[in-house]
Amino acid sequence: MLPPKLISLLLSCLLISAAQAEPAPPGSEALLVKSLLAINDNQLDIALTEVDTLLHANPNFKLAQLVKGDLLMARAGAINSFGSAPNAPHEEIEGLREEAQVRLQRVLSQTDHKLKPRFLWQMDTQQRYALVVDTSRSTLYVYENVNGEPSYITDFYVTIGKLGTEKVAEGDQRTPIGVYFIKAELPKDKLADLYGSGAYTLSYPNEWDRKNKRTGSGIWLHGTPSDTYSRPPRASNGCVVLANEDLNKLAPYLKSGVTPVIISNQMSWSSEQDLNGRADLLESVEQWRKDWSSLDTDAYLKHYAPTFSNGSMDYAAWAKQKQLVNSAKSWIKVGLSNVSLFAYPEQPDMVVVNFDQDYSSNNLSNRMKKRQYWMKQNNFWKIIYEGAS
Amino acid sequence: MHLMYIILKTNLKHMINRSNGLAVIFAGAVLLCASTGLHANSFQEAGILFKQGQYSLALEKTDSFLASKPGDAKARFLKGLITTEQGNISEAVKIFQALTVDYPELPEPYNNLAALYASQGLYDKAKLALEKAIHTHPSYATAHDNLGDIYARLASQAYDRALQPERANTTAKTKLIMIQDLYEDSARSKIFASMDSAAPNQACLEPCKKLEVAAPAIVKTESKPTLPAPPLASLAADKSNDILKVVKAWAAAWSAQKVDSYLAFYADDFKTPAGESRTSWSAVRKERISSPKSIQVNITNATVMFSDNDHATVKFRQSYRANHLKASGSKTLLMVKAGDKWLIQEERAR
Repeated sequence: MLPPKLISLLLSCLLISAAQAEPAPPGSEALLVKSLLAINDNQLDIALTEVDTLLHANPNFKLAQLVKGDLLMARAGAINSFGSAPNAPHEEIEGLREEAQVRLQRVLSQTDHKLKPRFLWQMDTQQRYALVVDTSRSTLYVYENVNGEPSYITDFYVTIGKLGTEKVAEGDQRTPIGVYFIKAELPKDKLADLYGSGAYTLSYPNEWDRKNKRTGSGIWLHGTPSDTYSRPPRASNGCVVLANEDLNKLAPYLKSGVTPVIISNQMSWSSEQDLNGRADLLESVEQWRKDWSSLDTDAYLKHYAPTFSNGSMDYAAWAKQKQLVNSAKSWIKVGLSNVSLFAYPEQPDMVVVNFDQDYSSNNLSNRMKKRQYWMKQNNFWKIIYEGAS
Repeated sequence: MHLMYIILKTNLKHMINRSNGLAVIFAGAVLLCASTGLHANSFQEAGILFKQGQYSLALEKTDSFLASKPGDAKARFLKGLITTEQGNISEAVKIFQALTVDYPELPEPYNNLAALYASQGLYDKAKLALEKAIHTHPSYATAHDNLGDIYARLASQAYDRALQPERANTTAKTKLIMIQDLYEDSARSKIFASMDSAAPNQACLEPCKKLEVAAPAIVKTESKPTLPAPPLASLAADKSNDILKVVKAWAAAWSAQKVDSYLAFYADDFKTPAGESRTSWSAVRKERISSPKSIQVNITNATVMFSDNDHATVKFRQSYRANHLKASGSKTLLMVKAGDKWLIQEERAR
């Protein structure tokens, strides 16, 4: 009944799960996976009981309905493959088959929750939680900030763009890869049914996307329509979609303008190299602050890459302006606080640096939130972007 | 649901055929209708009246019989059939329900209860009742057939919910309307008309035969999930198309009631279903195919598997309709290649 690919996936993953012997988490997905495993063991009665229990609570779980249909068809007569509904649209069956595979993988080969994603180099005290999406596993992870270090809380199945990741253009039906932040919450009553129990806008396109001339907008985290429990792994126009019950569970962790959302092609875990890189970068940031504060403009400008741009000024214009400004100062003081560092997915030597900047001088003082993109070039960390955040 | 109609007929037949068996099983508990001449007569009359479609009279006779033997299983069962035919479904449900309580060992009341539930769209309840019927008699073919249909119906509901939630709701509504048609107007009077004109035994057409054939052997085991068949080479695909053409032509000859061309589809060494002689099998087929006013046989979901170059197994869902009777079930044909022709060597139904 199940395709060989799925069976082999099942078997290989079963071994891993046996080795880890972790209890399956409760909930819809666990029940679904129990049912699929029972099918694999040829215990069709148990499989049907599990899927019925699940559907009692979530009648709109389409994948579960499909599995139920298969189980009943198997009783009525032999069936050929996953999703034996007569005249079923091929694309939809394929989508649900992928969802089955992904959900099996999610439950059976769970990641070690002690590992820390490498993207979260340092969180500031306001960022109580951070989200990391591993699009290869259709999973959104929630991490809590414990003394600046990420600590696993929970994870959810998510749907991403129909055509995958690495969004570059409007309408390309892809999900962007990068470091983003929750911008705003859109309440349910202002949204079409498609978005389900709510939506959170993301900061796509960010500064790096703009630099790379990526277009499009309206990349959100949102829920599912009222007649749909969950959608296949690749089904959205680029948004990251969660089941409504999951979005509701996620909501308390989200804060507009604060919570980072890192979307990756694949999760990678923090290593010693990252710790060294972090120490190195923090040192460079501190040196930049010192050079600026001491009004040593030449040393200060050495922190900027020749490819620097803040969106309106290139390196030459920036240097000229900074020389002009600094020459009019008799003293300045720069203080940095709430420094957070996020290593950029798919850009091994780029880090997004955020901080509160406390600037004062003989003729001007201000406080602002600032964002810089630092890139390691020839073994030195250089700023390639700087601006208010 | 035409299906139910057939089941009821079948059960009546089973009930009558089983009377000796019942007497053995329940020794003194169930008194045979033959115990007194008068009562036996009134019960037999009720059965005949029922077959003739004279339901009010049949009910009267049955009630008077029950007045003296209120616990009699067969009479209560007949009353259930009569009230069903009269369209008194809630009463019929009560009667069959009570029978399942008093005689939990009998599969027929469960089966008919299931048929009534199914006619009301209560497929989950129908499923439970049929599973009980099978629990009492694991080889009870009618219940297996019906359960197969219920599973298929529930599966189709689940598939609709998986793939087309909008459609799932509309089909549910359509079903309700169909049921009202069956019991209240034209569809029903058609049944009466054809019943009146039919000789008693003619009510037993293909479906009954199908059951008799299937009954002895079937202890249905859970279908195992099968791996998808490996993609057929194009040669094999051509061959299976040839075979499917033959099977369709066979169904067409049957539908057209062309007995000779129908019989020509069977191999010389055709294995008759009950081991009877080829001549007597052919005679029965001829009689059954030529007597109905019309026959329609449709084939869906056909699959072909080759065991070697000259042998293939064809499985499909067959829906049969003759006059007012309608039945569907899965069928398997074992085909053999003789010269350049594919012929039927064995025919299995369930």
